[in-house]
Amino acid sequence: MLNRRNFLTAAVGVAATAGLAACAKEDGSSTGSSSGGSKTITLGFSQVGSESGWRTANTDSVKSAAKEAGYKLQFSDAQQKQENQISAIRSFIAQKVDVIAFSPVVVTGWDAVLKEAQSAKIPVVLTDRSVESDESLFVALVGSDFTDEGRRAAKILEKVLQKAGHKGKVKIAQLEGTTGAAPAIERAKGFKEVMDAEHKDDWEIVVSQTGDFTRAGGKQVMAAFLQSNPDIDVLFAHNDDMGLGAIQAIEAAGKKPGKDILIVTVDGVKDGFIAMSEGKINAIVECNPLLGPQLMEVVKTVHEGGKVERWIKTKESDFMQDQAKDALPTRKY
Amino acid sequence: MSTPSATTPARWRALTHHHLFWPVAVLVALLLVNVPFTPDFFAIRMADGHLYGSLVSIVLFGSPLILVAVGMTLVIATGGIDLSVGAVVAITGALTCSYISDQADQNALAGVFLAMGIGLVAAVVCGLWNGFLVARMGIQPIIATLIIMVAGRGVAQLITDGQIITINSEPYKLIGGGYWLTLPFSIFVVAAVVAVTVALTRRTALGLLVESVGGNAEASRLVGIRSMRIKIMVYMFCALCAGIAGLMISSNTSAADGNNAGLWIELDAILAVVIGGTSLLGGRFSIGGTVIGALVIQTLTTTIYTIGVPTQTNLVFKAAVVIVVCLLQSPKFRAKVFGAKGRARVTAPAEPATPADAAPKMEVSR
Repeated sequence: MLNRRNFLTAAVGVAATAGLAACAKEDGSSTGSSSGGSKTITLGFSQVGSESGWRTANTDSVKSAAKEAGYKLQFSDAQQKQENQISAIRSFIAQKVDVIAFSPVVVTGWDAVLKEAQSAKIPVVLTDRSVESDESLFVALVGSDFTDEGRRAAKILEKVLQKAGHKGKVKIAQLEGTTGAAPAIERAKGFKEVMDAEHKDDWEIVVSQTGDFTRAGGKQVMAAFLQSNPDIDVLFAHNDDMGLGAIQAIEAAGKKPGKDILIVTVDGVKDGFIAMSEGKINAIVECNPLLGPQLMEVVKTVHEGGKVERWIKTKESDFMQDQAKDALPTRKY
Repeated sequence: MSTPSATTPARWRALTHHHLFWPVAVLVALLLVNVPFTPDFFAIRMADGHLYGSLVSIVLFGSPLILVAVGMTLVIATGGIDLSVGAVVAITGALTCSYISDQADQNALAGVFLAMGIGLVAAVVCGLWNGFLVARMGIQPIIATLIIMVAGRGVAQLITDGQIITINSEPYKLIGGGYWLTLPFSIFVVAAVVAVTVALTRRTALGLLVESVGGNAEASRLVGIRSMRIKIMVYMFCALCAGIAGLMISSNTSAADGNNAGLWIELDAILAVVIGGTSLLGGRFSIGGTVIGALVIQTLTTTIYTIGVPTQTNLVFKAAVVIVVCLLQSPKFRAKVFGAKGRARVTAPAEPATPADAAPKMEVSR
């Protein structure tokens, strides 16, 4: 009895795995098979996962840009695990794709697999995030400059303060991203850089705490901030979601977000723009996930043996409140 | 401190030996720590037509944890553990919010109730699955519930399509973020759930049955208790509590985040249960202790934010406090540090030495 049951379980397991494998295969070939031809570039792309709206938009952008360019895309989702990503890259090498692109889950531990790609003579392009490896192991990084986003946030805060007619001392509360994540570290660094250089006397970060890039985190931390420092003038949130959570906490405290407390966030997701068009966020520094087209250009150049810059920065802009309504319909994510 | 000398007033001894003494002492101490940093920490004022203050936020943000921990208490009392509650929180929130967001009129009461019903049914089904694996299949609870812990978050992301679903529904906002009679509505939900749980477990024989199953499932079965049924029931109850917590968390921010909602809440809940004095070995539990334990954890979190602990040292600070709390809970540790009492306890660990210890629900290990 028991044996038979075990056997059944195993059989179901095998069938399920086979089914999954079939799905994965289908996903890979369906994207570009129509373009056919011997010259079609095959691109192997390993994504971090689908942890946020930003990431989903990023994935969609890569997929649609590949389709538009007529490339064959082998797409693989690492579900936030480095080992999945490494095995995906190995399978790309085995399939002899023309170019490999991936968004590394973490910064270290890539040397071995990147060397395998190098000896197979397949160029590797990083997207969104960088790695700590020998520079010769990848040809380029297509992604945002998080430090610069921090600097831009500080710059746009100057404008926001001017527009609000704020005079004198500025007390700033900072909602940091996940502790240790590159965007959190670098956005804080960039912001502080400008602050120390130009506003040493009048700006001060009175409280700073991690909200883990989530709405719930932002709301809870902001509620505590408002208790310990009721006189906060400005909130700088490392992403829109934490800002959106904080807005609710500010409202619960009986204050007006965007008026009593000026808010600057980074990212530029759709919900952020909706809040900005309602006057609850004062400025958003964009962190653009739509890097598909730029990635395809790099892939083409690299495949043809051309030279590309080491770091191709994504095209990004900053938005003030008055631009929110116009920009809102164009937000895809 | 609790030296049993003749001069020690009996009332004081009875107090320090109450099973809730140490958890409550820690809670009060944590609250007092805030005062030097935030002088008006205990102040409560009216803002925007409702009460507002640190204490109110602690209860408001702590509500989901209290609920999850109460459900977890019963599971742990049967000698099990439920790691899937965080994923159940995410699934419930995702299902409910995605249903509401599809409605033409998000403020329609009928739609909101139906959505909440769908979410809670899904939660109970998860609980039924856990209970089935643990009770019927005899799989270790930690493994059985690990399945939904890992897969459930994927399910939640599948439901939300990897996006954060934002909704705009006033009635739904009430349950986790709204106010009623100037108090956060979630307080009433928590009070109701805790009251029902206490009534069911302490006014009926159910609590005794749960403890007996936790003490020895096989012996309980032999004396005629349907231990399998009891086990399945507590897992379903635990999932239901997690489901309600999921509604609260998603309602609090008016958004369902399949990836982050309720992340690691299972660990906080287990911690709350332990701080509250329920033995992880099963066989005894204290709902009141669990509620205090959850409040301790939430106060700790709020304290970290208000006293300005640097971000990088957050977890170290939290760990240090938890270690102290757990040590204070251990009779052996107290005996060693506070002396005197030690002799009887350490040498005869099997049986409590004094009658006052007859109900030592707080002992973490023996």
